[in-house]
Amino acid sequence: MQLFSIEYISLVVGFLILLIGIWGILTRKNILKMVIGFSLFDTGTHIIIVALGYVRNKTAPILDQANLQTNTAQKIVDPVPQALVLTAIVIGLGVTALMLVYAMKLHNEKKTLNIEKYNDLKW
Amino acid sequence: MLRNSLILLVLLGFAAAVFPLVHSYEAKDTLTGVAEHYANYGKEEVGAANLVSAVVVTYRGFDTLGEVTILFLASAVIGLFLKVSETHTKDSRSVFFKSTEILVTASRLLVPMIMLLGAYIFINGHLTPGGGFQGGAVIASAFALLLLSRPQKQFSHKLISVIESISGITFVFIGLLGILLAGGFLDNHIFAMGKFGTLLSAGAIPIIYILIGLKVGSELTGIVRNLKESQKVG
Repeated sequence: MQLFSIEYISLVVGFLILLIGIWGILTRKNILKMVIGFSLFDTGTHIIIVALGYVRNKTAPILDQANLQTNTAQKIVDPVPQALVLTAIVIGLGVTALMLVYAMKLHNEKKTLNIEKYNDLKW
Repeated sequence: MLRNSLILLVLLGFAAAVFPLVHSYEAKDTLTGVAEHYANYGKEEVGAANLVSAVVVTYRGFDTLGEVTILFLASAVIGLFLKVSETHTKDSRSVFFKSTEILVTASRLLVPMIMLLGAYIFINGHLTPGGGFQGGAVIASAFALLLLSRPQKQFSHKLISVIESISGITFVFIGLLGILLAGGFLDNHIFAMGKFGTLLSAGAIPIIYILIGLKVGSELTGIVRNLKESQKVG
C-alpha cells in the first residue's frame, strides 16, 4: 500500500466525498442542499468505482496506437468500471433532474424549501 | 442532541464499513477475468478502437438499452410533473428578463459550434473518448444556451418527441436485426466491419451511438424546455 499513489489518493477522496454527501443528506434542512448531498454521494461512488478499475502504470483503454493493439491486456486499465460509471453518470443526471423538479413542485405548494415544514407524513 | 448523535452514528457506521476496503486496497498489476477477455478479443470481436464503447454498446448493449429507458422515464415523469403545474398558471404572463447583448451575440456564434462538437463526439464515439450520451449532453447544453439568450423562443415540442421516438425505436430495431442477421440481440456484425480505427468501422456501433446521441440530446432538451416553460408567475 503506497500512501501517495494516484489510485490510493483517488480512492480516499472518493470515500470522503461519499461521506460528505451522506452528511449533507442527513443534516441539511434545505431540500436543494439535500439534492446536492445526493449528487455528492453519486460522484463519490463514481470516483471509487473508477479508482478500483485502475491497473498500475497502464494507459486508457483506447486502442488508437499500433503498439496497443497487440497484447492489449498487458497495456490498458480495466474498461468495465469505466463503462459502468458512464451508465451511472447518465442515470444520476436523470435522477438529479427528477429530484430538482420535485423540489420545485414542493416549493410551488408551500412556498418553502425547509424540510421541517413538510410534516404531513410525520407520526 | 439525540438526532445529532444518531447522525454521527450512521456516518461512523458508513466509515467503518468502507474503511477495510480502503485499508486493504492494492492496485492491480494485470487485468483479470472478463476485462482480460474484452482487452484481448475486443479488437477482433467488436472492432471498436475505444474499448469502453465496445463494452457499453455491444458487450453490455442490453444494459445501455435499459439506461436509455431510465433516462426516458425520468424525462417523461418530469414532463408529467411540469405539465400538471402548468395548467394552474395558464393565464399568467412570462417573467423573463431581457438577455444582455453579450450573451445574445456570443450565443449566435457558439450554439452552432457546440452542436457541431456534440455531433463530432457521438459520431466518433467508437474511436475517441466520448459517445452518444456525452454528445447528446453537449447538444442539449447548446439548447440550454439558446434558451438563456432568447427566452421568448419556442421550441417545437412535437419535433423533439418525434426525434426521440424514432431514434429509440430504431435502436431497438437494430438490436432485433442482430438476432436475424448476426449472433444475437444488439450484435454489431449486421453491417460491414470496415478497417479497424477508421470512421466507418465497428459495424453497428457508430449508428447506435448516433441514435443514442439524438435520443439523449432530445430528451435533455425536452427537460430544459419543460423547466423553462414552467417559469411563470402565478
